[in-house]
Amino acid sequence: MSHILRIENLHVSVEGKAILRGVNLEMKFGETHALMGPNGSGKSTLGLAIAGHPNYEITEGSITLDGEEITEWEADQRARAGIFMAFQRPVAIPGVKTADFLRHATTNVRRPDRKEGEDLIPMREFRKELKSKMEQLKIDSEFARRYVNDGFSGGEMKRAEILTMAMLSPKFSILDETDSGLDADAVKLASASIAEIGRDKMGLLIITHHDKLLEHNPPQFTHVMLGGRIVETGGSELARELHDHGYERIRKTYPDAEAANQEMLGKEEPATV
Amino acid sequence: MTSMLTQTDKVGFNQLGFEQFLERRIDPVWITELRKQSWETFQSMGWPDSRDENWMRSDLRGFKLDKYLPINETETQQVVGAPVRLIEGVDLGGSIRMDNGLVTSESLDPKYAAKGVVFGSLSRCARDHADLVKKYLHKQIESGVDRFAALEAAMWTDGQFLYVPKNVVIDKPLHIECAMGDGCTDLSHTLIVLEEGAEATVLLESNSPSETSGGCHIGGVEMELEARSNLRFVGLQDWGNAAWHFAHKRARIGQDANIQWTIAAMGSRFAQVDQQVHLVGPGASSHVNGVLFTRGRQHITYNTIQRHAAPHCNSDFLYKAVLQDRSRTVWRGMIKVDVGADKTDGYQRNDNLLLSDHARADSIPGLEILADDVRCTHGSTSGRVDDELIFYAQSRGFTRAEAIRMIVTGFFQQIFDRITIESVREALGVAIARQVRQYD
Repeated sequence: MSHILRIENLHVSVEGKAILRGVNLEMKFGETHALMGPNGSGKSTLGLAIAGHPNYEITEGSITLDGEEITEWEADQRARAGIFMAFQRPVAIPGVKTADFLRHATTNVRRPDRKEGEDLIPMREFRKELKSKMEQLKIDSEFARRYVNDGFSGGEMKRAEILTMAMLSPKFSILDETDSGLDADAVKLASASIAEIGRDKMGLLIITHHDKLLEHNPPQFTHVMLGGRIVETGGSELARELHDHGYERIRKTYPDAEAANQEMLGKEEPATV
Repeated sequence: MTSMLTQTDKVGFNQLGFEQFLERRIDPVWITELRKQSWETFQSMGWPDSRDENWMRSDLRGFKLDKYLPINETETQQVVGAPVRLIEGVDLGGSIRMDNGLVTSESLDPKYAAKGVVFGSLSRCARDHADLVKKYLHKQIESGVDRFAALEAAMWTDGQFLYVPKNVVIDKPLHIECAMGDGCTDLSHTLIVLEEGAEATVLLESNSPSETSGGCHIGGVEMELEARSNLRFVGLQDWGNAAWHFAHKRARIGQDANIQWTIAAMGSRFAQVDQQVHLVGPGASSHVNGVLFTRGRQHITYNTIQRHAAPHCNSDFLYKAVLQDRSRTVWRGMIKVDVGADKTDGYQRNDNLLLSDHARADSIPGLEILADDVRCTHGSTSGRVDDELIFYAQSRGFTRAEAIRMIVTGFFQQIFDRITIESVREALGVAIARQVRQYD
């Protein structure tokens, strides 16, 4: 497997406001990348732009998957091509059972040419696979009958996202703060699950503030985002430095990006980690 | 003068048309008398207008009764191509087929007939079982309610009559299909009587030859549930999108009797339905499920009343509507609790999901409580379909249309969970999926 996701000079605006100002990033299948940066620097924006959120307008630059331009693709085309994003705040879909949702999603992603109305993966076959994945991730089997994310705790939502990732087995996964809002035990479980499901089996882009997640999933590359650009890229030692010392050095080293970051935050207090 | 003559000479829903209608009929005298009285009422009334609260949000300007003709009973009616949806895989205990308001075939499993069950053409039963029909027909719907009720009472052509004697259980569903041809009329009546301890399930669907068919249906439904009887009644309204649909539907529920009443409104360009359940015996209960799914410029109004006239009764009304394009729904719900109807448990709810910025859902819940010791709750919600839900599903490989269809199905799930007949759940699921437009 030698897939490659390449982001070149990406500029993204939301409601006419520029957020990303020229992002370059290249990921290969099997690699783990950490994406770090202070609040408002554009990390989630990058994730959502790659996933194809319609409100995130790409004004310049490109996203290619295995050399194919996907910049203009709808989110579902990207999903079928192997792009996945675990959301920071997944939405609830009342009345739709998790198992039914995942069966439809899994069928579409595995059979990218499937037309609407064509058969889904046979129920028995799907249930069996789902059950084994849920056991592997230590998720209660009752989960499958509950409505998608409806009334889920923070931890349950994040685990449901990891389960979805496991079922869809994408080429590239963006994990947007999959550790936020979790207690220490839940972070540990989520980290171990990501390692088990994703490590070496896909390209991982982990957006996080937490060292636990990276401890279980040591990145080959750490990217630091500030003011809508990736200002520095290093190895796992960079992630450790940022975790231990914060973004002070980064802010000082890249005053232009820091100014852009402050501008994007508007009058809000600059948050630091 | 010439033009005056042409006007009066034209046979329609006018004096001449009514007289010719009476000449064609083979009705018992008491029915003819009822028809004449109702015709007088019809003549003396004007069309409902915005001064009437129930019609305030309804625009009848496009409706011209003289564009439609009374159906001639002496001619064979056959509507071709109207799809039947509710009976897939169902073992039926009997069925009635109607074409343009006339019964064209009827059947009942002999084992039920042997127990005294009557199921068939209302016109025929009014002759063959006069005492029974006379006791119940047009007792709940007053012809003076509005001009449509009066016209229906005067000129109904046929309908269905179901009578289930004391303690008889009909364990297989009965099916009624009402097909209306493009541009035709259907003035028909449904009369259901369950005696003490009787049980039945009735699936009624109204349909047209095609989605674009027009026509005019003016109908009535009366259901009488005596003590401890049990009725499951399903009505799927799937007229073509150019049809006019006016109906009064009533049920009277006796002591410890129970009705589970599901309506699905999919078709018609304009529908105005007055639906009432009167709980008249202690311990009576009613569960009403409403599924409305509109598109184009459809306008569907449901005026519902759940009336508690006896103590210890329970009413639970849930209506869910999904609106597309420039369609509009009006739901007006009223819980009325009479003096002395203590220990009433009344619930009503209306949720609307809008798939378009141009659709509009009006929701007007209401309570009128004259008893002291009651529990009544009501509520309504209306909201636009959440784009974040669509994106979330798309990011998991669903196309936009699949995502919307799934969200809509999920929205209706709460109602499906309340419907105990599998074939009905499935048929509604299919009808709903079909109704979702293709979105770009």
